[in-house]
Amino acid sequence: METVTLTVDGKQVTVPASASVLEACKAAGIKIPSLCYHPELRAEGACRVCVVEIEGVRALPASCVYPVAEGMKVKTNTQRVRKARKTVVELLLANHPDDCLSCQRNLNCELQTIASDLGIREKRFPGEKKKHPLDANNPSLVRDQEKCILCGRCVRACTERQGVNIYSFANRGFDTTVVPAFNQGLDQVPCTYCGQCSSVCPTAAIVEKDDTDLVFAAINDPTKHVIVQTAPSVRVALGEALGMKPGEAVTGQMVAALRRLGFDRVFDTDFSADLTIMEEGAELIHRIQTGGVLPQITSCSPGWVNFIELLYPDLLPHLSTAKSPQQMFGAVVKTYYAEKAGIDPKDIVSVSVMPCTAKKAEAIRPEMRDSGYQDVDYVLTTRELGRMIREAGIEFAQLPAEEFDAPMGISTGAGVIFGSTGGVMEAALRTVAEVLTGKELGCIEFQAVRGLQTMREATVQVGDLPVKVAIVNTLKEARNMMERVRKGEADYHFIEIMACPGGCISGGGQPVPVNPDIRKARQAAIYECDRDAVLRKSHDNPAIKELYDTWLGKPMGEKAHHLLHTHYHPQTRG
Amino acid sequence: MSETQKCCCGGKNPLEQLDQALVKYKGDKGTLIPALQEAQNIYGYLSKEVLERIACTLEIPISQIYGVVTFYSQFHLNPRGRNIIRVCAGTACHVRGGKAILKAIEDKLGVPAGATTSDLRFTIETVACIGACGLAPVMMINDDTHGRLTPEHVVEILERYK
Repeated sequence: METVTLTVDGKQVTVPASASVLEACKAAGIKIPSLCYHPELRAEGACRVCVVEIEGVRALPASCVYPVAEGMKVKTNTQRVRKARKTVVELLLANHPDDCLSCQRNLNCELQTIASDLGIREKRFPGEKKKHPLDANNPSLVRDQEKCILCGRCVRACTERQGVNIYSFANRGFDTTVVPAFNQGLDQVPCTYCGQCSSVCPTAAIVEKDDTDLVFAAINDPTKHVIVQTAPSVRVALGEALGMKPGEAVTGQMVAALRRLGFDRVFDTDFSADLTIMEEGAELIHRIQTGGVLPQITSCSPGWVNFIELLYPDLLPHLSTAKSPQQMFGAVVKTYYAEKAGIDPKDIVSVSVMPCTAKKAEAIRPEMRDSGYQDVDYVLTTRELGRMIREAGIEFAQLPAEEFDAPMGISTGAGVIFGSTGGVMEAALRTVAEVLTGKELGCIEFQAVRGLQTMREATVQVGDLPVKVAIVNTLKEARNMMERVRKGEADYHFIEIMACPGGCISGGGQPVPVNPDIRKARQAAIYECDRDAVLRKSHDNPAIKELYDTWLGKPMGEKAHHLLHTHYHPQTRG
Repeated sequence: MSETQKCCCGGKNPLEQLDQALVKYKGDKGTLIPALQEAQNIYGYLSKEVLERIACTLEIPISQIYGVVTFYSQFHLNPRGRNIIRVCAGTACHVRGGKAILKAIEDKLGVPAGATTSDLRFTIETVACIGACGLAPVMMINDDTHGRLTPEHVVEILERYK
């Protein structure tokens, strides 16, 4: 690789010739403040906060879009640079609402942090404020354009990463906005509610819809039996929302905190992830043996399900009819668990904690009422759970680890790896291989399906059958795959598709910020949870066996079909 | 017609003229603005249906097209009047009573600057200067220039445009 050597604040640094000055500064250990820059999106140079001085260059260039050159001399900490950065941020603050103390992103806002870091102590420019109505007509996300600083990260995330193209800059000058086409609400456009826009937004211009008050109210209602399920990826990210470092699995503390918050039972979505494998695996075997529609595609990720329903409805027969783990859990908790515990299902409030904003929309789908009630009543994102724990004054880091409640807190390592891209595939392979061959697997770690690349493929020998699989994450990659499926060029048996980069570990409801290092740390923690698990194959889960033996019958049987499977249908909006 | 049938807008085709116009822009880069101009020439403004058809045909996200249309003042998302009034708000016209001219027009037509009358007879716009400062205060209706205006005079001029 071609490299260049340059000087940053008197320090020599050698970087790839294609690097930007900002990246070179980072390599030299110098932090450059920035707002529109995001390490995983194309640099745009829109906010001008990252300006630096470069010898021989007259103006102050934006370092995120300025290419390095041999012998370049960069100064990042001159009076001129500091003053320019400060002015840029002061101008942004001029039309920003003054409601930091009551803002959802208070203490976790990049604009606030930069204003503080740059030492802004007065409002020099009392500017005109923008006036826009809230976009809150969907179950997942709230857009507040008055807090938008026009950095364009959401535009790039939705376009470059997801290929869904919901947002664009519109109008001009002071009237410039970032909006969906025709300034419509997200419920009127083909938004999948994946929430990646909220994950990259530096301020509170796009946030998850906050349902914490509803959950606190349910907990406070003595007539209600409030249970909670936690998705696999929440345990490897929640710590970040509570001041811990990325990559710590906080399963035990999370369970303890949920009990202290007042949930009557603390259960685990990993349980129903195991259940999903039983059903989805049986469905795959059935499709392979009976000449059904292949490739079968996973249906766990509701952002992905929205995507295919909105944009590729002709390919819906490929989608597994198995419900997602969240919804399987919801259907089972208000039937099986209610019966077992002797509680009237109308008194059960079923709460889930998810890494995901689209899960909020999934829970209120009209078909997700197979228990006779809304199967999942409230969906909290990891970020919301973090806020509830803070609000309750729980010293999270000091909590002793506790165990999930039985039976729906019993799970295997196969359940927990659902949290990472490739996990559903690996969990399915562990079970399908043993069910099809009747022999115990030697090695259960399918390294070939692991990783973070947005598209991976592998062929796994199962008995006599070479099973061709593909793993896809991000909706942009899903679109590529759908085009191949449509053309008949995707000769796989099974495809796992997750809407978010890396899968649920960096879902749209996870703590921010997310960057490649944080994503890697969360993924490593997921696989560590799997390694530490006593049981690592879904079909070995004793609670799942008991559920089938005593109540459900067989996978894909009549009762399972009624409660655990669903039909997906084309969606139209607007 | 196979392309338009595949198109998400589908159905019978009131946009046939547009479809014919768009053929030459398909598959090329940098054709959005000429395509929008031509579409606006056909229909007088750019309706949601027209923009959606352009998005499908040129394979450009509708959000980006909306961004372009709202950025340039030459494009219009709403129907425009048969007659476009451009009242000059430049410096010379301003000092010679341009504001009163605009107010007289707004009062007479019952709609503010930027709007179109409900009978689609007039659209009122303001412009920064039309380069006829010697005739201030001045306005244009379609391609006609009217100078040395008074509020009374203006109302008479409007009568000439049906």
